Amino acid sequence: MNALLSVRDLKVHFPVGKGGSIHAVDGVSFDIPRGKTLGIVGESGSGKTTTALAVMRLAPITAGKVDLDGTPVSSIEGEELRKARPRFQMVFQDPFSSLNPRDRVASIIRQPMDLLNLGNPADRDLRVEELLQQVGLRPELKSLYPHQFSGGQRQRIGLARALATQPDLIVFDEPVSALDVAVQAQVLNLIRRLQRETGLTYLFISHDLGVVRHICDEIAVMYLGQVVEEAPAAEIFASPRHPYTQALIAAAPSLAPEHRRRGGGAKLQGDPPSPINLPKGCRFASRCPIAIDHCRHVPPELRPITETQMAACHLA
Amino acid sequence: MVAITTVSTPTPTPAPAARGPMAEAWGIFRRSPAAMLGLVILILVTLMTVAGPFLYPVDAFEIVWAPLTPPGQEANIPLGTDNLGRDTLAGLIAGGRATLAVGFAAAAITMVIGVVIGSYAGFYGGGVDNLLMRFTEFFQVLPPLLFAMVVVTLFQPTLVNVALAIGVVSWPQTARLTRSEFRRIRTLEYVSAMRAIGASNSHVIWRVILPNALPPLIVSATLTIGMAILFEAGLSFLGLSDPNVMSWGLMIGSGRQYLLDAWWVVTLPGLMIFLTVLGVSLVGDGLNDAFNPRMRER
Amino acid sequence: MVEPVLDIRNLKVDFATRNGVAHVLDDISFTVEPGELLGIVGESGCGKSMTALSILGLIPSPPGKIVGGSINFQGRDLTKLSQAEMRKIRGGDIAMIFQEPMTSLNPVFTCGEQIAEAVRLHQGVSPKAARARAVEMLRAVGIPEPEMRADAYPHQLSGGMRQRVMIAMALSCEPKLLIADEPTTALDVTVQAQIFGLLDDLRRRTGTAIILITHDMGAIAEMADKVAVMYAGRVIERGPADAVLDDPGHPYTRGLLASIPRIDADPDADLPEIPGIVPALTDLGRGCAFEPRCKLAVDRCRLAQPPHFPMSSDHSAACIHLEGRVIPA
Repeated sequence: MNALLSVRDLKVHFPVGKGGSIHAVDGVSFDIPRGKTLGIVGESGSGKTTTALAVMRLAPITAGKVDLDGTPVSSIEGEELRKARPRFQMVFQDPFSSLNPRDRVASIIRQPMDLLNLGNPADRDLRVEELLQQVGLRPELKSLYPHQFSGGQRQRIGLARALATQPDLIVFDEPVSALDVAVQAQVLNLIRRLQRETGLTYLFISHDLGVVRHICDEIAVMYLGQVVEEAPAAEIFASPRHPYTQALIAAAPSLAPEHRRRGGGAKLQGDPPSPINLPKGCRFASRCPIAIDHCRHVPPELRPITETQMAACHLA
Repeated sequence: MVAITTVSTPTPTPAPAARGPMAEAWGIFRRSPAAMLGLVILILVTLMTVAGPFLYPVDAFEIVWAPLTPPGQEANIPLGTDNLGRDTLAGLIAGGRATLAVGFAAAAITMVIGVVIGSYAGFYGGGVDNLLMRFTEFFQVLPPLLFAMVVVTLFQPTLVNVALAIGVVSWPQTARLTRSEFRRIRTLEYVSAMRAIGASNSHVIWRVILPNALPPLIVSATLTIGMAILFEAGLSFLGLSDPNVMSWGLMIGSGRQYLLDAWWVVTLPGLMIFLTVLGVSLVGDGLNDAFNPRMRER
Repeated sequence: MVEPVLDIRNLKVDFATRNGVAHVLDDISFTVEPGELLGIVGESGCGKSMTALSILGLIPSPPGKIVGGSINFQGRDLTKLSQAEMRKIRGGDIAMIFQEPMTSLNPVFTCGEQIAEAVRLHQGVSPKAARARAVEMLRAVGIPEPEMRADAYPHQLSGGMRQRVMIAMALSCEPKLLIADEPTTALDVTVQAQIFGLLDDLRRRTGTAIILITHDMGAIAEMADKVAVMYAGRVIERGPADAVLDDPGHPYTRGLLASIPRIDADPDADLPEIPGIVPALTDLGRGCAFEPRCKLAVDRCRLAQPPHFPMSSDHSAACIHLEGRVIPA
């Protein structure tokens, strides 16, 4: 199958202090076929958001390749990059800071078309109304300012802005984590409906396993800048192979009757190590319940475990 | 054509009125009596200096009557004369124009230098920030009054030079404020969103971040006007301002020896300075509250 | 029957706003027994945090004001106490932990100093004894090498560690009641599981009652003995956690539970939504606040606030559709 987005050995390192660097993203590879959704899950510091920003060319890429349907996104610059931008757009996490408070909604949604010079200027206002309707907002709300909307409505506006350029790929960075659960369901359903109707391809970043289960076809689990497991959504939840994935699933609060009053799920010990002084072996070894001596010395490669499932664990 | 519809279609509720951040701030400002008082004072002072010459066409430098005539003694010289027999009211009107002009011009210079340097330092960070901030610190450690005195002594003590001198010594604060606002705002997601749709750096700096950084800058600009007026008065008092242009500071400076014999010569321009700076400060405080998001909820 | 630690009856709190009076809390009643964990769940703005602030006497006043009801804590009505008396209770018999452990700790003092300070304030012991108590508390909340960590500044610790320090500080004076307001919202799930485990263990060992305020039904399932579901300033359903989660009586509770994306649900079906948004507290009608979003709404819902109808001896919900429901014996 031909991938729309192909990421190969992506690295994002941020320099800190004297000669040190944070390996925020450290050799990440994945493909997303057209019309499908890849979810990246992980905890804070896993590099999932930095991966999204690097794909968007909003974070500096240290090494590696990002290819969008034949366009080498990672190596183009300036005008060429600007010309490619309509094809990949982003929906941000925070509904309160992702919209410029001084712009009216109409201008927020128009901006991508104006800046990237898409379509006939005379048609853009009409297009703004279409987009508002597409995300379930009344067109007459276009002259309001962002602070006059609720969190869920603002995420819809952010989605309309991303759709304005008719992109192939939309990158979502925790688009519902700031929303209340009832509103979250509305926005998640909208995101899915848009994919069904338009065949968009999604890269979906989240820390919430329930959300990625609901949205994604394929899931990659990140830990300290690396993908530790990748598999189709159903498989990763049915038979997680990496001990970290297992711990993550076990720790997720759930309504299942057998979880009642258990006082939190399986307890992973300690905190992740510092991303500056990374251990030389497996990065998860210090918290891993089954780590052996070998794990502390030799970093495991991400390797196929089954036909569709990959994990980076010596013991998987 | 008038059609009578019998079929009732559900009328959608009308969209609420759009209220921009500025309209909202004005709504709060308007409700503050102190801020409105400040605004009224400023408007009256400005009116006096603009319309004054037409209503009271007397040359401020012309000797009109006996020196040190008290106010009220002569019907056509309502506020009396100074030690040279010049009309005090005419002096207040003409002096106000110069004083306000210097105040606004100095504040404008302060804002332009401060905002440009602060924006670039805050937006680019790193080496650019380092360089610009060291440059800023160099100006920050200059003793302001001394430096201004040197400038007006070296180059002619014209009003333009006085405004420039005040601007040059007061921009570092504005630069620091602008820088910190830029550092805060540049990390917000709407800035990333603009970059994701291909906005250039200059578009992001001037069209996206600057408008959002304005509220504290407007407050600071207002207070700078007050400070500049006092500064100008100080320089005039020391005899370092333009001797050919009447200003409130000049009036105080030249009348100070007669304070005990003729209170009005010094007190009236002093009162004007006090009122104007008070007005500016009240407006600045009101703007500060109006732009403070915590005040919105009340 | 055990005497409850906290017994809130018909608590009403009003806020004066620009758009009129908001009934931020309207007729709130619940009890908490020793060692019990009560979960208060609801969406933002439903009044769950305001409930916590009322118990602690920390309602910003003005614009807020307790206009009715009582908060009985160990035989005293907290709404009648003076500020000085409340100060003694806060951090002593009633402690609180917050969502963001970074901003709730003072960055210029070490963690040990801050815990010791709390101990000295309420127990008046010597600095040395207070320091020893601080180390002991850090050990009790599972912080490795507590003697060393006591000298660490908040920024030197991870988010999970900071929340443990907050818990240590809260527990240092052996409170009868601990209020935890979204204590794990800023933390990762694996760390959240650790903190939940710690809280659960502590209440079982010390008998401290806990009120857990959360927006997360999953957290309720994992932690709570009983639940109060809040909507628009009212408790619309309360009962044992199992009963509320398995047999929710109020359409809002049902909607809330259904709209959670679950790992074990069919991923191809759309999530059931609750349409619309939470109403502003200043323009609530006479009727049920949930009526505009409710699929089951009938004309009668608009007439008056529905009272609580019992569903079992300890489970009730404020929905008129429950009227006349036969209560299982």
